[in-house]
Amino acid sequence: MNAELVIAIIVSIAAAATPILLAALGELVVEKSGVLNLGVEGMMLIGAVITVAVTLTTGNHLLAIVCAALAASLSSLIFGFLTLTLSANQVATGLALTILGTGFSALFGQPYTVKSVPIIRSPFPPELAADPIWRVIFGHPPLVYFALLMVVAVWWFLNRTRAGLIVRAVGENDLSAHSIGYPVIGVRYLAVMFGGAMAGIAGACFPLMLTPQWVERLTTGRGWIALALVVFAAWRPFRLLAGAYFFGFMMIFEIYAKSNSAFRVLPSEFWAALPYLATVLVLVLISLRREGRTSAPACLGKPFVATG
Amino acid sequence: MQLRLEKRPEPSKVLRVVTPIGAVLLTMVLGAIIFTALGYDGVGAVREIFVSPLVNSYKWQDLAVKAAPLIIIAVGLAISYRANVWNIGAEGQYIVGAIAGTGIGILTNDMTGWWIMPAMMIAGAAGGAAYAAVPAFLKVRFSVNEILTTLMLSYASVYLLNYLLAGPYKSPTSMGQPQTALFSADQSLPYLIPGTIVQLNVPIAIVVALAVWLLFSRFVFGFQIRVVGAAPHAARYGGFSANRTVWMAMLISGGLAGFAGILEAMGPVGRLILQFPANYGFTAIIVAFLGRLHPLGAILAGIMIAITAVGGEMAQIGIKLPFAAVGIFQAMMLFLILASDVLVRYRVKAVRPGEVAA
Repeated sequence: MNAELVIAIIVSIAAAATPILLAALGELVVEKSGVLNLGVEGMMLIGAVITVAVTLTTGNHLLAIVCAALAASLSSLIFGFLTLTLSANQVATGLALTILGTGFSALFGQPYTVKSVPIIRSPFPPELAADPIWRVIFGHPPLVYFALLMVVAVWWFLNRTRAGLIVRAVGENDLSAHSIGYPVIGVRYLAVMFGGAMAGIAGACFPLMLTPQWVERLTTGRGWIALALVVFAAWRPFRLLAGAYFFGFMMIFEIYAKSNSAFRVLPSEFWAALPYLATVLVLVLISLRREGRTSAPACLGKPFVATG
Repeated sequence: MQLRLEKRPEPSKVLRVVTPIGAVLLTMVLGAIIFTALGYDGVGAVREIFVSPLVNSYKWQDLAVKAAPLIIIAVGLAISYRANVWNIGAEGQYIVGAIAGTGIGILTNDMTGWWIMPAMMIAGAAGGAAYAAVPAFLKVRFSVNEILTTLMLSYASVYLLNYLLAGPYKSPTSMGQPQTALFSADQSLPYLIPGTIVQLNVPIAIVVALAVWLLFSRFVFGFQIRVVGAAPHAARYGGFSANRTVWMAMLISGGLAGFAGILEAMGPVGRLILQFPANYGFTAIIVAFLGRLHPLGAILAGIMIAITAVGGEMAQIGIKLPFAAVGIFQAMMLFLILASDVLVRYRVKAVRPGEVAA
């Protein structure tokens, strides 16, 4: 294996990891505020299809990403209204959002099916990435850097700002937070909308970086892997980064294993199922450690109704 | 003026029954408006999806065939969700159930006898239950979240099916097609009414729903599942084991999903093919909620969702509406039924600003 190939693999791992990382970062903030939104996959699909539509119509990548974030965030408001204002069951409502996103994206995406989407390139001048070693640093699409920045931003927000402290307080003890005078429901609405926007940008990664076209169910369950990753990371942004790149590695490994005769010992279907099986395995491993069980926000998934 | 929620001492029984009907009607109204806004023939879409399957009597058999697996799976999911066990991987248990039952089918393909069909059905239910036992074990032993594990395993089950159809299960006479041999006469569900496509799976679905309803309203276990789901702390004081509830909920819901899977293979499909997974496992989640997590509600909700599925196919041909539109209607129904829950549990009171609520 030569250096060129190793670098090509590293670049593709970063690309595969980025959508999971973005979606998981959004969900991490949502869950820190005490809300479990299982609609990530649906919001990602909405983001993906909007990205395809806007890119094919205007050719403007940035506009497409912004529209994807707005559309997905808007869809998360349906979830927010039901679970926060009407205190509906969060698990079921999240599932409904995924079903809606799947249906909407399939309907809306139909005119754009199998049209080739122009992919997004590295923001740096190509001379910088000419040398293979430098390509590891400068050769990624902008969303890869954005995701890395967001890891730091989310960590800083949750641990170093007053607003972040309020989000965590609302997620750990909604009744106390309410009695001190923090707007529990308002904070949760903002967190849910942030989670939606991040899932939308995560969805934008698929047509712009990974598979440059629209097909139904383009995100193939990556939203669910993002949800698993939040548990895996014990609700910590930097561990999320490590986890996302590990899953990126698994996905690229699958493609590599399928094309390499050394891995033919096991059928190709096994390698295709591996990211999902690995998710289960990782969830088991993480629960073996005591902190994995206790680090979940105390109010996660429980509805809050203000009294008095 | 401000709206305020006030908890009812007892959830309203009348509204529990009335709200699902309201949710369906409201879906039709909102759906017509939204699809018109999206540039489709909104009223036509609602007419095709919700009304056409009912007024065309030759479509009724399609409804029965589509509703049967939905009802069987949804009955199991209803039990599971009532116990607060979130099995959302029924699709995987459905596939693995069909795989297990078909395994018996392949072994007995040349044999005859009345025992073959029940053997396949038992293997199907056992296969689904076994596949659900993995998340159950992981939850009880390692407290791993069952939502994620059941879902991951259902993604993996599709690859297991693809693998088996490409190799071990492939019929020698299929000329390279990834499919099993057709089931023999002793392996196929008999037709209920000659000249229709209605097979034995339709009455079985009704019997399953009725049997589960009787079991749950009469015996201690049903009470236990409801208590554990509604009030876990009280259940612990009452001596009910939370672990046993997880096991029962997962095995019953997985077993019924597997049972539905093998019935589908022995009935309408007639063999295992790559297109076997038809999303029944996921759609049944909507059915379970629309039926208010009640076995009898599941029958009505199963028929309702089958109407939208058959209607969606008709709208595809009739008014060229993409089939994906059905998913949007189904999601809207689920959203509205969940939203209407608030009316069942709370009274909505109008309060003037400044006025202190009692």
